[in-house]
Formats: sequence, structure tokens, C-alpha cells
Amino acid sequence: MGWAWLLAAAVILAVASLFSGVTPLTPTDVLEGLSDVQVRVLVLSRIPRLLSILLAGMSMSVCGLIMQRLAQNRFVSPTTAGTLDATRLGILVSMLFFGAAPPLVRMLVALAFAWAGTWAFMRMLERIKLRDPVFIPLAGMMYGGIIGSAATYVAVQYDLVQNVSSWLLGDFSLMMRGRYELLYAVVPALVLAYLYANQFTIAGMGEDVATNLGLSYRAVVNLGLGIVASTTAVVVVTVGTLPFLGLIVPNLVSILWGDNLRRHLPVTVLLGAVVTLACDLLGRWLIFPYEIPINVTLGVLGSVMFLFLIVRRTAHAG
Amino acid sequence: MVEAHAIVKRYGPRTVLNQVSVTVEPGQLTSFIGPNGAGKSTLLSIMTRLVPADAGEVRLDGRPLARYDSRELARRISVLRQFNHVPLRLTVRELVSFGRFPYSHGRLTKADEEAVDRALAAMELGDIQHKLLDQLSGGQRQRAFIAMVVAQETDYVFLDEPLNNVDMKHAVQVMKLLRRLVEEEGRSVVVVMHDVNLAAYYSDRVVALKEGCVAFDGPAQDMMEPAILKNVFGIDVAVGEIHSCRVCVYFAEAEQLAANGHVAQGAIAPRLK
Repeated sequence: MGWAWLLAAAVILAVASLFSGVTPLTPTDVLEGLSDVQVRVLVLSRIPRLLSILLAGMSMSVCGLIMQRLAQNRFVSPTTAGTLDATRLGILVSMLFFGAAPPLVRMLVALAFAWAGTWAFMRMLERIKLRDPVFIPLAGMMYGGIIGSAATYVAVQYDLVQNVSSWLLGDFSLMMRGRYELLYAVVPALVLAYLYANQFTIAGMGEDVATNLGLSYRAVVNLGLGIVASTTAVVVVTVGTLPFLGLIVPNLVSILWGDNLRRHLPVTVLLGAVVTLACDLLGRWLIFPYEIPINVTLGVLGSVMFLFLIVRRTAHAG
Repeated sequence: MVEAHAIVKRYGPRTVLNQVSVTVEPGQLTSFIGPNGAGKSTLLSIMTRLVPADAGEVRLDGRPLARYDSRELARRISVLRQFNHVPLRLTVRELVSFGRFPYSHGRLTKADEEAVDRALAAMELGDIQHKLLDQLSGGQRQRAFIAMVVAQETDYVFLDEPLNNVDMKHAVQVMKLLRRLVEEEGRSVVVVMHDVNLAAYYSDRVVALKEGCVAFDGPAQDMMEPAILKNVFGIDVAVGEIHSCRVCVYFAEAEQLAANGHVAQGAIAPRLK
């Protein structure tokens, strides 16, 4: 399957995203001249929303890809390695102790937690050496559950439960000018991911292979975790969590194209955009004029895909 | 020349290597043999800087490995430990291209592509180079991984049990290909293996380890003596000659043969045919 199709799908969905919403706005309006209201809707809401969908979808997919490579496990992703829950705990801590601080400080605290949580899980994986790869995401979800319940406990104590759960719910409906710009911070992470793609693939073949080829395995793993943690923190702080995205997109890419990270990074980015756009549009259309947050549509689609992947793996018995 | 000097390695209370000194000469095929747990793989890992030694030193051309830059070292010594459990969906050619990483960092030049072609040809993978690794048979995958380190074009190639899980036909094929690397390209190949007969036939030199010490170190054919083999493996072994090639019989009947005095050269030939 060529990726021209994917590109076409991404463009069509992006256009659909721009022209969907409560305020009537059609492509013909653009040609015939827009009213003031329409221009404002477009500039303040529709375009920021589209951009944030693209940035978040692309970067979370790439995060999953990097994590799966480094953990040598197809089922590891920010959702299944405690990254999202650690980020949530970080946001809570930043709200408690740096309440008045600007979003950037809050993001840095969240980032530190995301990094530490993911790093601890990866170290745990190295030690446990679970035989069956299917157990690793399950262990990761339990680990995330423990961190998450700690966060909930603290939140209950300080009466912040609602704030915390609102952070957790991925939703693009609030992405407007002035609220989404932080997402541009994922762009350097994406560029780094592309530049170091070969290193990640090599590290994915194990520490021995990496050392043999003159690479510092630790350095590559730390760089990868840094990219994953910072991207996740940025996306969670601005959009909220996008569950399973980092799991399903890289797995589909692997099934359809293969595992050469450098070569398939563009496809991963495109597919991430397409899946995120489609899930967001679905949420906007299903109960129009109301919206279902993407957290829900992605969660349903993602968990079905996750089960499919596990069954497929068992069937292939490899 | 790669020299391991007085290497000591302990895992907890167990001493895996006890003052082992081994020299790998350039332009030879050297085999490390010995029973399980003798320390063969550990020695190979230490000689290729994958595992640090507790005491002793490994030198490449007189200079300790630790004093080499890791990228420079990756152009001198290559090593392959695991063969089969990489679950990546890469094509053979993509995998082999990673062997050029120490030179090009992933942006393959024309010279790199040629080196990849040579490695694919050397391992007879030309026609399946665009297949995915998970579509290959065990023997083909084995050769694909060996081709990756061959493409690295190092003077020294260390392989840990390349014949593991490979049937007779493909084991012989791998050994022939390694032999060719030594003879045609002048590389030095070090192989950890279990099959004494293949080691004796295809190696220039054999280093036998036993309980963390060197039990034999010399020309491969010299190892094929019942006394030496018994010392290394702790079982009675009968040695005979077929087509002027020394072979040993080490399975159950060997004890019988030795007891009956059938250890004279040629005596076991009819039984093996």
C-alpha cells in the first residue's frame, strides 16, 4: 500500500475537519468570500484545532514507535508504560506546589514526572525479563494504575479531583488560538526522532548489537525516553491524554510496511494524523451539535485494536 | 592480533573465567569449544567489550580495548551474540545495511552499498535480500545476521554459536562461508561452537575451555586426540579418520569402542558410513 493514499486521506480529513462545526462554513463560502464571523471561527477555532490534532496525533504515534523499539515489545506505549499516569501525577504536583506558575513551568514538572515514570518502568522491564511479551503491557497498566491511584488520592485530599480528570480527558474542542501554541514544542522532538531513527532501530536489536556497532546503548535509550517524556507531557498538558494512539498506529505500520524506523517514520506520522483526525471527526459528527471527546472515540477504537493485536500475536505464536 | 590477558570474570560466587589468556592471530579461523558453562561465550563477550572483565585486559594490536573510541573499535572488531530472537520486520538488506553504521551513520554512500552487496554475496543471500526477516527459515536468518557483521568489514569477526539451531546442511554451509572469509578476504574469524568435528575440520586453531581455564590451545587437528577430548569434555571419545579427515565419535557407542580398543585410526570409518 503506497503512502500516497494516506496523504490523500489526511488531506481530505483535514479539509473535513476545517468545515465541520456548529457555525456553518463550507468550501464555497471560502471562494465567495467569508463573513466576519466565519473568518473569526476559522482563525480562532478551526485552524488551531486542526493544527493541534495534527501535532498531537503525529507526535504520540512516533512516541509509541520509539517506545516499542526501545522496549523490544510491540505492546508498550505511553498508555501501557505508566507514562500518561506519571504525567498526570506531575501535573497534580505542579498545581499543588507551583499553582501560580506559568504553563511552561507546569509542563516542565509534568515532563520530569513523565520521564521518571517511564524510565522506572523501562528499568523494571530489564530486570523482570518477562517471558511472554503480552504481560508487559499488562504489567505497565498495573504500574500506571498504581501511580494513577496515588494521584487520585492526593487529588482527593486537596479537592482537585475534577481538575485532574479534566487534564486526563483528551479533547480538542477547547483548542483555540492562545491555548494550543505550546504543542509546537513537539516539533523539535519529531525532528530529533527522525534524525536518530536508525539509532533507535539498532538499539531495538539489543544492547549487544548497539555496542557492536559503536553506539552507546544507554545514551540512545535515554534520548528516546527524553523524546517520549517531553512529547507526552506537552500533549497531556495542552490536549489531554490520547489513549492507545501510540499503540495502534505503530503496530499498523509494522504490519503493513515493516520496522525500518527511518524509512517508515513518515508513514507513521501520516497514519497518526489520519487516525486522530478520523476519531475527532467521528466524535464531532455522532451527536452533532454536541461532541464526544476524542478520548472516548480513541479509547473504544484503540482497545478493540489492542485486543485484535494480542489475538493476532497469539495466532501467529511468534 | 587480539590478546586476552589473565582475564578473570565472576558471577556472584562463581568464577566463570580464571586467569584466562588467549591470543587470536590474524587471518585465522579460531574456534572456542568446551562443555556448557566452561566460559566460552563469556570470554568472547569480554574480548569484544560487550561484557567487562573483573580483572585482566584485552588488547587489540597491543592497545587495550578501553583506550579505543567505540566507533573506531566498531570498524576493527565485530561481534554477534544473538541470532534469532530479534522480532523486527526488516528486510535482509535493511538489516545488513545496519552493519555499515560505524562508517556512515545510516546515510549509505556508494561504497557502503557495495560493502552490503559484498556481504550479501558472501553469505549467499543475494536473491532473498528483499525478503523480510520473519519470512526466512532459521538458517537463512542466521546468515542474514552474520552478513550484517560481515558488512561491518572488520578485521576480526566474533560469532557466538552461529550453528545453534541450524541443521547439518546449513551448518556446513555457514562454516564454508566463514572459511571463505578467512581465505579470500583475510579476515580473522572467532567462533564459539559445540560440534567438535566441524571445529576440527574448519578451524585453523582451537581453544578449548574447561571450568574457566584453557584446557587446550593449538592447531585444530592436534585437538583430535582421545586423551585431550576426554580431558575437555569428561567423556570417552573415539577418534578415527575418514578421507584423511579426523573425526571423533563421542556418543554412547564411543565408550564401547574405546573399551574394545577400536580407537586405531580408520577403525570407526565403516560405522560412520
